[in-house]
Amino acid sequence: MELTGDKAKAWLLNFEAKIQEHKAYLSDLDQAIGDGDHGSNMARGTEAVKVNLEKIAEPETAEVLKQAAMALISKVGGASGPLYGSAFMQMAKTAKETTDIHELIEAGLEGIKHRGKADVGDKTMVDTWAPVVEALAKDALTNEAITQAVDATKPLKAKKGRASYVGERSIGALDPGAVSSGYLFTALVEEVLQ
Amino acid sequence: MVPVFKAKEDKIMKKIINHPSQVVDEMLKGMLYAHSDFLEGIDETRVIIEKDKQPTVGLVSGGGSGHEPAHAGFVGEGMLRAAVLGEMFTSPTPDQILEAIKASDTGHGVLLIVKNYTGDVMNFDMAKEMAEMEDIQVASVLVDDDIAVEDSTYTAGKRGVAGTVLVHKILGHFAHEGMALNDLKSLGDALVTDIHTLGVALSGATVPEVGKPGFHLGESEMEYGVGIHGEPGYRRDTLKPSREIAKELTGKLMSEIMTKKTKKIGLLVNGLGATPLQELYVFYNDVIEELAKYDVEIVFNKIGDFMTSIDMTGLSLTVIRLDDDKRTVALEAPVGVLNW
Ligand SMILES: Nc1ncnc2c1ncn2[C@@H]1O[C@H](COP(=O)(O)OP(=O)(O)OP(=O)(O)O)[C@@H](O)[C@H]1O
Ligand SMILES: [Mg+2]
Repeated sequence: MELTGDKAKAWLLNFEAKIQEHKAYLSDLDQAIGDGDHGSNMARGTEAVKVNLEKIAEPETAEVLKQAAMALISKVGGASGPLYGSAFMQMAKTAKETTDIHELIEAGLEGIKHRGKADVGDKTMVDTWAPVVEALAKDALTNEAITQAVDATKPLKAKKGRASYVGERSIGALDPGAVSSGYLFTALVEEVLQ
Repeated sequence: MVPVFKAKEDKIMKKIINHPSQVVDEMLKGMLYAHSDFLEGIDETRVIIEKDKQPTVGLVSGGGSGHEPAHAGFVGEGMLRAAVLGEMFTSPTPDQILEAIKASDTGHGVLLIVKNYTGDVMNFDMAKEMAEMEDIQVASVLVDDDIAVEDSTYTAGKRGVAGTVLVHKILGHFAHEGMALNDLKSLGDALVTDIHTLGVALSGATVPEVGKPGFHLGESEMEYGVGIHGEPGYRRDTLKPSREIAKELTGKLMSEIMTKKTKKIGLLVNGLGATPLQELYVFYNDVIEELAKYDVEIVFNKIGDFMTSIDMTGLSLTVIRLDDDKRTVALEAPVGVLNW
């Protein structure tokens, strides 16, 4: 399926709304195994994405993704800023060649892995992105599949980022970045795939 | 308006501020009003930079706010050229770091001094890539002095804490003397392997926007090995006398530093924000008595608040290997900064 500019814009505006709605929850999740700032980091970043996107009257996919990347890079800070920023930057580059959703999200995942050096199973946002990419390859991305991927971070022990400092104590908690990425993809399902 | 802020659980956070979200910007403005004789800001950024830039490699450091006087208090002749301030306890963003790099370059390149935290590492890396695209030579030195964390592939590695300030001072001196970027980088990479730190906390730090301490310790509890954002340490215990804390920290730090047959060391006793200077000296007294057990000479010391954690009660002890006298000379050279 193709990601048109209009759809891309609607997708990211929906993502922003979800982040604002769940800001406190994301920070609480981060408080448990990190430093409690993931909600405010993402709220600040997606707010800036919204400001950038609302200026675009005739959205074009690569431009929408690039504007999102710039906003996230310059406003989020922390670990998630460069990670989401790199994801959207890679997607924007890929969008110049293709607007196939699977290929775009796959490029985004590569951006995250390149920046953060995390693998599947390290209890990071990669654990949401990787199964999503697989589901998209089969044209089978659903909200259930997303929830399943996010929930699967619970039993994992964190090996990357701040949460790795609490070691064993991270077991049993959801990874905040995996949850915020979950919102990104539920927004994708709602605005684009359904 | 009554200057109190309702935190979660209805506890009142008492701070002399106007609004939690304004703290970083208002602090920055205050610093610039106070020290405009040698410091300036860069419009639309949270960068503090020295006014008079020598034609040498510029040292740029920074990180989340809340560690004052780090890092802005170390900007000036003979130390940092610029500091980038992030949100409270959150790494600054690449665009801001990039502005600091551009403004710090005099054609001799820029050296980034980064504390080893995932966020800082990635944001400084991105800024470095962006600066290289603009043809500025950039190198970076990663500080990871906190030995409370195991360095393994299963963690994000050892954290960068108070020892970072010693790196600023030593590399700042050599940069001021005209050392080239590559040489500063090799010197810095070797230096960081000879700096070790351990901290203890008696209470957690309160980020204004969060409104409650990042972790909670019972009335008579303390924690060994905490990080400067309240990251968990290696053990919780009942509060011990200074002498026993000194014994534990000194023992662990010395066994690390003695793996290199060290003869001369320097010490940094650093307050975490809400510990009175008198306690730092009580602790220093105990450290010195403890060190009598070892065959080492103490050739340098610093006692005070250098890398704080907002209002955390506690301190950290840093031991640096100073067998190479050039390092000691660099530590002792005069500087034109606010808080060394
Ligand atoms: N190396 C990594 N690769 C992929 N994702 C990571 C990595 N490190 C952390 N993350 C993700 O980032 C999330 C935390 O982001 P957050 O916005 O809280 O930044 P932070 O770690 O607190 O940054 P800082 O230390 O600067 O405050 C984690 O839940 C995890 O999903
Ligand atoms: Mg966090």
